Amino acid sequence: MEEFFQQLTNGLAVGGIYALIALGYTMVYGVLKLINFAHGDLFTIGAFLGLTLLTSLGLTDSVGPVAGLLVLAVMVVVLVGVVGYLLERIAYRPLRTSPRLSAVVSALGASIFFQNAIMLIWGARPLVYPHGLLPNITVDIFGVELPLIRIIMFAISVLLMCGLYYLTHKTRIGTAIRAAAIDQGAAKLMGIDVNRVISLVFMIGPALGGAAGVMVGLYYGQINFTMGWLYGLKAFTAAILGGIGNIPGAMLGGLLLGVVESLGAAYISIAWKDAISFLVLILILIVRPTGLLGERVADKV
Amino acid sequence: MMIRKQDILCLAGAAVFACSPLVLDAYWTDVLNNIGLYAILALSLNIILGQCGLFQMGHAAFFAIGAYTSAILNTMFDIPLLWTMPLAGILAGIFGLIVARPIIHLRGDYLLIVTIGIVEIIRIALINDVGGLTGGANGIFGIDRPMLFGLKIKRPYQFFYLIWGFCAVTIFLFHRLENSRFGRALNYIKDDDVAAEGSGIDISKYKLIAFVIGAFWAGMVGTIFAGKMKIISPESFSFWESVLLFTIVILGGMGSIRGVLLGAFLIIGLPEVFRDFASARMLIFGAAMVAMMIFRTQGLLPPLPRKYDVSRFFSKAEGEQS
Repeated sequence: MEEFFQQLTNGLAVGGIYALIALGYTMVYGVLKLINFAHGDLFTIGAFLGLTLLTSLGLTDSVGPVAGLLVLAVMVVVLVGVVGYLLERIAYRPLRTSPRLSAVVSALGASIFFQNAIMLIWGARPLVYPHGLLPNITVDIFGVELPLIRIIMFAISVLLMCGLYYLTHKTRIGTAIRAAAIDQGAAKLMGIDVNRVISLVFMIGPALGGAAGVMVGLYYGQINFTMGWLYGLKAFTAAILGGIGNIPGAMLGGLLLGVVESLGAAYISIAWKDAISFLVLILILIVRPTGLLGERVADKV
Repeated sequence: MMIRKQDILCLAGAAVFACSPLVLDAYWTDVLNNIGLYAILALSLNIILGQCGLFQMGHAAFFAIGAYTSAILNTMFDIPLLWTMPLAGILAGIFGLIVARPIIHLRGDYLLIVTIGIVEIIRIALINDVGGLTGGANGIFGIDRPMLFGLKIKRPYQFFYLIWGFCAVTIFLFHRLENSRFGRALNYIKDDDVAAEGSGIDISKYKLIAFVIGAFWAGMVGTIFAGKMKIISPESFSFWESVLLFTIVILGGMGSIRGVLLGAFLIIGLPEVFRDFASARMLIFGAAMVAMMIFRTQGLLPPLPRKYDVSRFFSKAEGEQS
């Protein structure tokens, strides 16, 4: 039982990260009907930027670990948001009216570009986050010893998701985003600047991804330049699982995928851990392509 | 039928190209061999992606199945390598049929994601040494060289003729296929699947056949690859191989055999020419993909519009009237 709870909470923590990345996929898909293949690499950029800022600015020493990490996270979120904005302006906006395949290939090209840019800037070898930033203590919950960082991570991802949910469902700008996702033409007629909405989506999504990157760095301690596409693929699976284009769906899908993967790795086979996610992806697309909470995606033959 | 000027130029070009191992050293001949392998693989992907418009990004999976089939049959049962080629193709084709059947109806980019998932599952399965056959992460080594008419093929220039000979056969067959009733049906599905279905084309069937042909051919290339490398490991069949093949077809020109050949030369050959910029070449490559899609979506050498001999049609119609 102890083992089960450990795996469950680990799954929830990792699932929170998947959910944060998945939100980027799902929001972009909702508005543009485009799978942003470069999203996973924006997440990696977040992780690397976080490490660089952490070691070069020494924020955690001057203002304390918690405040330092918060400031750091805000800086990473802003920077990655800017990268996301530029990505949309350069690689996707000129292709708004072209066939879907063109945008997909452009996204792949952008992904290759980012991955190699990261490799050239930070090197091909894995980098290590400094140890001991967060106190390595465990908390006793219902008789199970859980690492504090796991709980913090889960809490932060839930907090960010709640913030996003509030933004998209309770504010004016969120209403504009949802309107543009439903019908761009009609949204334009209602006086919504769709281009601004798309830019905004391309800032929010990558920003969340960047935050997830820093969290992965802190949780696992090691980052490398190719990690983006695996996380990206899994997060995409999460987005599909919950129903792509659906924001609560991405959150649910991420958490669910994290738990399934973690339990699968523990009770089936650790060597097949990555295969489990892909299998989930294939099964969900065959059996229920709409996802758990989503719109219809498959064409009828 | 009149021999066209173009055909003569093509043949002359092919003849000059066939002489290239005489002037090139072993290294550059080997580069040409790699280009040839990728060209054949990309041509087989072209049937699925270029002709039929199915976004398939898991082509390395079929290639891997072919290569492993040949390697296992050759190392465990001592079957001469080239004899295993048909079986490698058939197994890859059957695998293609099994995986494609449930996913064939998925819309464009979803199909793409699923095929990525499939190629990854295959790679993980190979690493985990399924059935004790695949040799795990180390792969299989000690694969025999291919024997052709009693001649053991081992030097780069010998492989050059094997690979490019196979490539020539591929080009000829796929060219015929492109201009057949089947090829036209695939193009129709790519352009407008609803209209195609309305005209009585069984879309699912044709899409599946395209998948199986592509998989079959990729499997056969796997045999040659196994014979050329002598060692195969899961690393040779990663997701990036699939991405390379995908970009060869897209950048060259979807559905155009000339374009795919050009794409193979550019994408596999150019990085060899610019070895000095080795570390930045993929960066440029990615940026080029984006620029390409913005400025020349149809690829470098898009397929020419189909030509129909109208006069023949009229003379036939007149003949029927009289």
